[in-house]
Amino acid sequence: MSAALLLVVLLPAVGGAALLLGRHRLDRVAAPAALGLGLVGAALAIAAATGRPTVSVPFLGSGAAAVADGADLALAVDGLSAVLTVTVAVVALIVTVHAAVDHEARTSRARFFGYWLLFVAAMQLTVTATTFPALMLGWEVMGATSYALIGFRWRLAGRTSAGTTALLTTRAADLGLYVAAGAVLAGSGSLGLSGLEGLPAPWAAVATTGVVVAALGKSAQLPLSGWLSAAMQGPSPVSALLHSATMVAAGGYLLLRVGPALADGAAPVVAWVGAATALALGLVAVAQTDLKQLLAASTAAQMGFVVLAAGAWAAGAGTGLLGGVEHLVAHAAVKAGLFVAAGIWLGALGTRALAELRGAGRRYPLVGAASVAAAAALAGVPPLSLWVTKDEILAGAEEAHLAGGAVLHVVALVAGALSAAYAAKIVAVVLAPGHPGDGSRAPRPAVAAALALAAAAVGLGAFALPAVRDGVARVLGAEPGPAPTPGALVLSGGLAVVVAAGVLWRPVLARVAERAPLTSWWAMPALLVTVGRGVRALARRVDRVDDGLDRLVHAVARAVLRLAGRVAVLDDSGIHRAVRRTAGLAVAGARRAAVLDDRRVDGAVRDVASGVARAGHAARRLQTGLLHQYYAQAAAGLGLLLLLLLLVR
Amino acid sequence: MLLTVLVLLPALAGLVLVAARVPDRAASWAWVATSSVVVGLVAWLWWGFDPGGGFQYDVKLRWIPTVDASYHVGVDGLSLPLLALTAVLFWCCAVWSLRGTPRPRSHAALFLLLQTTCLGTFAALDLILFFLFFDLSIVAMYFVIAGWGHGDRRRSALTFFLYTFLGSLALLLGFIGLFLGSEPRTFDIVRLVEDPPWAGQSGTATWVLLALVVGLAVKTPLVPFHTWLPPAHTDAPAEGSAVLAGVLLKLGTFGFVRIAMPTLPDAWQRWGTWIVVIGVVSVLWGALVALAQDDLKRMIAYTSVNHMGYVLLGLGAVGVLARDGADGSGPAAAAGVAATGAVVQMVSHGLLTGALFLVAGMLWTRGGTYAFARWGGLARALPGFAVLFAVAAFGSLGLPGLSGFVAEFQIFAGSLAAVPVAVVVAVVGILLTAGLFLRALQRLLTGDLRVPDGVDTGGLGAVTTVERVAVVPLLALSVAVGLLPWVLVDVVGPAADGLVALVAR
Repeated sequence: MSAALLLVVLLPAVGGAALLLGRHRLDRVAAPAALGLGLVGAALAIAAATGRPTVSVPFLGSGAAAVADGADLALAVDGLSAVLTVTVAVVALIVTVHAAVDHEARTSRARFFGYWLLFVAAMQLTVTATTFPALMLGWEVMGATSYALIGFRWRLAGRTSAGTTALLTTRAADLGLYVAAGAVLAGSGSLGLSGLEGLPAPWAAVATTGVVVAALGKSAQLPLSGWLSAAMQGPSPVSALLHSATMVAAGGYLLLRVGPALADGAAPVVAWVGAATALALGLVAVAQTDLKQLLAASTAAQMGFVVLAAGAWAAGAGTGLLGGVEHLVAHAAVKAGLFVAAGIWLGALGTRALAELRGAGRRYPLVGAASVAAAAALAGVPPLSLWVTKDEILAGAEEAHLAGGAVLHVVALVAGALSAAYAAKIVAVVLAPGHPGDGSRAPRPAVAAALALAAAAVGLGAFALPAVRDGVARVLGAEPGPAPTPGALVLSGGLAVVVAAGVLWRPVLARVAERAPLTSWWAMPALLVTVGRGVRALARRVDRVDDGLDRLVHAVARAVLRLAGRVAVLDDSGIHRAVRRTAGLAVAGARRAAVLDDRRVDGAVRDVASGVARAGHAARRLQTGLLHQYYAQAAAGLGLLLLLLLLVR
Repeated sequence: MLLTVLVLLPALAGLVLVAARVPDRAASWAWVATSSVVVGLVAWLWWGFDPGGGFQYDVKLRWIPTVDASYHVGVDGLSLPLLALTAVLFWCCAVWSLRGTPRPRSHAALFLLLQTTCLGTFAALDLILFFLFFDLSIVAMYFVIAGWGHGDRRRSALTFFLYTFLGSLALLLGFIGLFLGSEPRTFDIVRLVEDPPWAGQSGTATWVLLALVVGLAVKTPLVPFHTWLPPAHTDAPAEGSAVLAGVLLKLGTFGFVRIAMPTLPDAWQRWGTWIVVIGVVSVLWGALVALAQDDLKRMIAYTSVNHMGYVLLGLGAVGVLARDGADGSGPAAAAGVAATGAVVQMVSHGLLTGALFLVAGMLWTRGGTYAFARWGGLARALPGFAVLFAVAAFGSLGLPGLSGFVAEFQIFAGSLAAVPVAVVVAVVGILLTAGLFLRALQRLLTGDLRVPDGVDTGGLGAVTTVERVAVVPLLALSVAVGLLPWVLVDVVGPAADGLVALVAR
């Protein structure tokens, strides 16, 4: 069983690396390989989910030489991981079918599916990791491969910068994980995720902050939602994969994973950020005029519900986990289905603008059926999946007694009504009478993928059945907790139906929202650009100071040179002259002596005199004005110093 | 004996090349052969190395007995990875130079001499011996830049020489300070470590540490002593830059772990916080200035300042943790993690920056410029370059799966216990490096094809086999360290723990 778990990660990782190394030579086999590995991966994930294995390979040191506890790459499948690993594997497999026939991924297929498989491996590692090194390996490789996938068609303007925005924003949040790992190591001496539990102050607060920031960034929660808008530049299958069961889901997953271990005080903050995102991005979604942008905003909003659930779960009352996990899984099916449908239309009709998609559902009835079913689930129409999971979350939040619970409840209900509004907006467009013009045929495998995902979106409404609910709770190993009351179910379902019917009947109701700042995502993407510009301006300023530093060093060197020159002049005019004069005096004296004395003595004195003169010239030669020679002299001087030390020691 | 052969073999081979007037082509291959033997010797050394066994392969011969300076060399877990790095990087430069270079014989001889000075510094266990090798490396590198560089190479080489030589003088003062504080007086590092000089005289110890830190900071380089680095790199040949950044900078950081920390443990504890501050300033300063560069090579040069800043952050944190009392579990483990991370960072930076500079050399060969504004769309025109540059860039920005992450993760995780605020500030550095490398990728690789004036767009020429053979091993090793770091950590870890224990005395 451990082998199955290891292979769930290793198989796509090795396959992806092989495709990337093989490059164009493997273009032909890339899609079949990805499908095959996806199929095997799903089977392995199911095996791992039933067997619940653990596996550990050495990372930062082996055995006793490990730098700390939890320094291994350790993986385990518990209830939460079991649900996630299967969801990831299955959704990835279905979306791979779409990718295999998608028009945007038609060239450089080895590169596309290479990154694709690496991405899936990274997500699988993320949802099974039990140590910080393993988590961060998965977490950050997922971010980097998402950059490669979003920017896959790098020849088109703006694609690479969209990937850069996504990677930099999520990485800004990822810094939290580095800090959290350090705090856990400082507080517990371990690098295991379990070390989060029971940390002493202040490490508990530091670690909690780090983990929460990282998770919120990955899940595109406020105020870091902007990258999701840019990420829509990526090919549709990439959007379908990134914004359903993976990437954004990773943040929600992480919060559910560590929930009860978070420090006190985190629960209401997390819950409120989730609710606020559901509301704010719900409004943004209603205002969009581009199908993919609408879906992206709704992804952040729906993740808001998961984060709200995680906040409830973090409160420690034992509720919230069930609703959060159910919502994560159901949303994965719903959103993947809608993105696949959007991708099919983009390929067939060449547009993702809502105005130009009027009647697309009539022109492509099967795709239309799939998208309407998924949109109905997204709207929260009973008895479909997101209707019941949302109420499950609200029931869990109520039980957790969070700060401002009543207001939180109302905010969540309004956010739910907004989902109905934007989902109905999609339905109103695709079912509108009209003809979107001639389009090419929709590829059958992609249509099948959309239908399968829509069927799951509908079928997961079974979460409402008590037996299924208890079953999920058993898998998760959690208490089921109080179920949503019939009154709550009727209220939210009724609200969804009324709002959706209103928008369908009078689409203009949704169109009033189509104005700034909602259409521009509360200016959050622009904010990211502004921050980027600000950092670059700061960098230029620091660079100028740095140049100044360089000039300063050279100025000092020049000053030394000038000083040396002055000393040399002084030397010439003063000391050297004195030496010469002395020599001259000596010569004169010698001459006088010669008159008085023997010629031989005179000769000897003459020799001395000229020797002194030579010494004077030699002394002058040291003053070359060349800085490096002065340093060499200084070194020689230090050598003498050394010698002196030897003598005096 | 093995170690002595390893250290002296390259210089002897270089002498033979010059003395025997070996023909140019043969000289290039002789260099490759010699460096291959060195790689083999290091592998042998590694094979027989016992990670828990302290200094090994040590040799001590009488040299200047009056001051107890001797030819004393040995290897421990801190120096072995750096010896290996030196061997590999010089091998890659030898292969790289098969592309052809002016005056190949003297070029090869000079690099072989340079290799001996680097290996010697890492192996030295005597201050005078250390200083000798340390200083000769400057001389050799001066000639490499002045003789084979481009642009304003003489000026850059002279600046490099004078600045680092000035640093050496400070270092020498520090060494003399250590010598005067020892009882009985000695230049032997092992004995100085056993019985730290100036124990109990904190004032003098501080001055000695200051001299050592200034000397090593110039070489490392740390802000504000780093301004010699960008011109030296910009005007050095690719293989010169690779060695300068990959190995020569490590002589500075290695000096901290080999000499400054264990011989002055009290002072290191006392000034640990300041070391951390210098490290964090270097991290942010280097990253920000790198972000503002319009020249690929200058940008890479400044990322070195950033990456070396992390090393100092980790080493300073060890001092702070030691001061605050490693009470068994938490902090002691953290200090070991930080010290291990610092050493791994030295190796990782050598591999990745070496690769980055060689890759940058591909641009120079093809267009004579490193300016971002002159290149664009190279992913299509020069795909081999794109792949190698992208892998090296992602490694350098700390992507898990490559060596940079292993190092930086350990430095951050280990240092946080000691200096949480500094770490929170310093992690921003990895975001800035991510930003600057992604921007560089975007500017060089994507968009419309753009090449310098006078270069035929069709004539860029694919990446040659020689270029690939020179760069791929560095990246492959970085991936190996990134995925199987335990191979390296098992060697570094025990020695790093030993270092922590020495500082905590």
